[in-house]
Amino acid sequence: MSEPIIICRDVNVWFDDFQALKGVDMEVKKGEVIVIFGPSGSGKSTFIRTINRLEEHQKGQIVIDGIELTHDVRNIATIRSEIGMVFQLFNLFPHLTVLQNVTLSPIWVRKLPRDEADKEAMQLLERVGIPEQANKYPGQLSGGQQQRVAIARALAMEPKIMLFDEPTSALDPEMIKEVLDVMVELAQSGMTMLVVTHEMGFARAVADRMFFFDEGLVVESGTPDDIFGNPKEERTKLFLSQILTH
Amino acid sequence: MSISTEAARPPEPPGPLTWVRRNLFNSLFNSLLTILMVFVIFYTVRGVIYWIVNVADWRPVVNFPFLYLVGQYPRDQLWRIGLSTSLIAILFGLSWGTWGGLIRTFAVSLGAFFAVVALLPVQSNELTIPVRGALLANVLLIFLGFRLGRLQAVKGSFTAIAWLLAIEVITLILLPGLSLRETLTLLIGSALVFIIVYIIYQAIRVGGINSTLRILILIAVILLAAEIALASFPNLANTPLLQKVATTSWGGLLVTFFLAAGGIVLSFPIGVVLALGRRSSLPVVKVFCTTFIEVVRGVPLVTILFMFSVILQLFMPPEARIDRLLRALMGMTFFSAAYTAENVRGGLQAVSQGQVEAAKSVGLNSVQIMSLIVLPQALRAVIPAIVGQFIALFKDTTLVIIVGINELLGIGKSIINSDPEFIQLQAEVFIFIAMVFWISSYILSYASRQLETTLGVGER
Ligand SMILES: Nc1ncnc2c1ncn2[C@@H]1O[C@H](COP(=O)(O)OP(=O)(O)OP(=O)(O)O)[C@@H](O)[C@H]1O
Ligand SMILES: [Mg+2]
Repeated sequence: MSEPIIICRDVNVWFDDFQALKGVDMEVKKGEVIVIFGPSGSGKSTFIRTINRLEEHQKGQIVIDGIELTHDVRNIATIRSEIGMVFQLFNLFPHLTVLQNVTLSPIWVRKLPRDEADKEAMQLLERVGIPEQANKYPGQLSGGQQQRVAIARALAMEPKIMLFDEPTSALDPEMIKEVLDVMVELAQSGMTMLVVTHEMGFARAVADRMFFFDEGLVVESGTPDDIFGNPKEERTKLFLSQILTH
Repeated sequence: MSISTEAARPPEPPGPLTWVRRNLFNSLFNSLLTILMVFVIFYTVRGVIYWIVNVADWRPVVNFPFLYLVGQYPRDQLWRIGLSTSLIAILFGLSWGTWGGLIRTFAVSLGAFFAVVALLPVQSNELTIPVRGALLANVLLIFLGFRLGRLQAVKGSFTAIAWLLAIEVITLILLPGLSLRETLTLLIGSALVFIIVYIIYQAIRVGGINSTLRILILIAVILLAAEIALASFPNLANTPLLQKVATTSWGGLLVTFFLAAGGIVLSFPIGVVLALGRRSSLPVVKVFCTTFIEVVRGVPLVTILFMFSVILQLFMPPEARIDRLLRALMGMTFFSAAYTAENVRGGLQAVSQGQVEAAKSVGLNSVQIMSLIVLPQALRAVIPAIVGQFIALFKDTTLVIIVGINELLGIGKSIINSDPEFIQLQAEVFIFIAMVFWISSYILSYASRQLETTLGVGER
C-alpha cells in the first residue's frame, strides 16, 4: 500500500514565455495529506491544476494511480473522474440547485439512476452539514455553505484524491472554521488530499507533509514538525515569519 | 425592550396618499409639474377618445375582417384555416394545463383575440353568426384543452407529441397542392424543427440530455437524413387530395403570424448552432459561421428578402423552385438567426472560465459541459436580448410587402387604395395596424419578463 498514488517528475509548465513551474518533483502516497504553501505567484495553483489537467505540462511526467497524464483524452477523462477539486471561488453551477450540483457527476459520469444519486447526495450534504439547503440555489447560500456544497460535489464522484486550491481564502473569518472542520474530518477518514492553504493551524493538525513553493520550485518540504520547528531554508523562515505574525 | 420588538418588524409600506405626497408633491416645482402633466394627460386622453368615438370612421377597418385576418385566401376554403386555428387553440390550452407558466400568457392572449373578433360589435356580412360561433368555440377549446392538460394522466410528453401531430396535420391542411416531394419535405422538415426545438427546450429545463432526449436526437438525425435523401429524388408525382391554394392568396395576419412564428422557431436553433460554430476550434466550421453571420448582419433585411425572392430563383432548376412565401420565410429566418447568434455568443462569453473548469473537474466531457453548464447559463443571460430580436423580427415582417406579399400592413394599404373614400381614412387603418403590432409585441416582452422570473435570472 505504500505505492505512490501521485508521481510527479520534473514537471515544467510555461505560459508563453513565462515559466510558472520549473521542475517540480513530488510523490504522494495513498491517504497522505499534503499542504502546499508559498508566496503569491509561486505556482501553487498551477501545480495542482496541472495534476487535474486544467493546465498542461510541457515537460516532465505525471502519473496518477498508475495512469500517465498525456494528451490521450481517455486518460484525461479517467484521471479527472478519480480526482475531486475544490476551488477558491467555489465555482458552483448557479443555474442548478444544491442537490443538482451534487448529483450532476453521479448521473452523467457515473451513470447512476436519479433516485440513487439523490440518496447519495443527501448523505454527502449531511456529511458536510447542510442537508436542509438541498433545494436552494447556490446564490442563496453563504460563502461557507457554498464551499461545503463544492466539497460535497467533488466527493460525489467518489474520488481517490481531493485537490483544494485555497478553499478558505475567499471566506469571512467566521466561515473558515466550518469549512476547515469538514476538511479535517475528510483527512481523518483517510482521503488523499493536496491542499493549497495558508491556514497553518490546519496544516499542523492534519498535514503529513508540507511543501513550500517559491518561483515555480519546491524550495523545501518536510513534516509539519520539521517545517515549523526547524526550517532549513532562509526563504521558508522568512515566509513563515511573515504569515505567522499576521 | 419595546424598541427591539419594533425593529424586528419590517416598516409598513407607505399608503397611497403618502406615496402621492412623497413622489408627486415633494417640492414646489414638482407640484407644478404634476398639475401641468395632469392637464396635459387629461386633454390628450379626452381628445383621443373624442376622435375615436366621434370623428374617426372605422369602416376601412371593420368592414373587411377576413381581409385583415387571411388576405385573399379563397373564402370557400376558409375551413382549413379555421381547423388549423382550432387545433392550435386546443394545443395552447393543453400546454397551459400541462406546463403552465409562460404558456398561460399566450393561451390567454389567444383566447382574448378570438373573443374580441367574435364579439366585435359591428354589422358585417363576413362575421356571420356561424363564424362568430366558431371563434367563440375556439375560446372554449382553449379552456377544454386546459382542463385536459390538468389531468394527472396527461404528461408533458403527451402534449409534446400532440403538438408534433398537430403541426404535421396543419402542414397538410394548409399547404397541399404542392408536389408530393415538397409536401414530404415540409412534413419531415416541420417535424425536424419541432423535435430540435423541443430537445433544446428540455435540455435547458432539466439541465441536460437524458435518455428520452437521446432517442429524440436519434430520430432528428434520421429525419434529417431522410430530408437530405429526399432532395436528391426526382420530382415525385402529386395527387393532391385537397384543392391547391397558392400562397400568393395568403395575406393579413395569417402571413404576419406565419412569418413571425416560423421565423422565431426556425431562427432560434439555427442561431444557437451558428454561435457555437463561431466558437468552434474547427477552422472550417468557424470560418463558415463567422462569414455567414457577418455577411448577413452587414446587409439590410430588404436586400436579403430581394435576394431570396428573385436571385435564388435564378439559380434553381424550374422543378426545384421554392414557394414564394417560404422564400420570404427563409430570408427572415437567416436574417434573424445571424442576430440571434451574436446575442447567444455574448451569453457564451459571459459564462466564466471557472464554470468550465469546475465542469471539467467533475468529469463531464465537452459536449456535456456545453449542454449542461455553458449553454443553459448563456441562454438565460441573453433572454431579454433574444426576445428583443424576436420582437424586431415580428415587426420586420411588414417588409415582405416589397417582395409582393400582402401581410397585415400590405392589406391595410390595399384596402385604402381600393376605395377613393378610404384615402381620407388612412389614419384609422394605420392606427389600427399599429395597435395590433403594439399589443402583440407587448405580449411577447411580457412573456419574456415572466420567463426571466421563472428561470430566476434576476435572483443571481
Ligand atoms: N493562464 C495563465 N497565463 C499566463 N500566466 C499565468 C497563467 N496562470 C498563471 N500564470 C502565472 O503563473 C505564475 C504562477 O501562478 P499561480 O496561479 O500558480 O500562483 P499561486 O502560487 O497560486 O499564487 P496565488 O497565491 O496568488 O494564488 C504567476 O506569475 C501567474 O501570473
Ligand atoms: Mg493560486
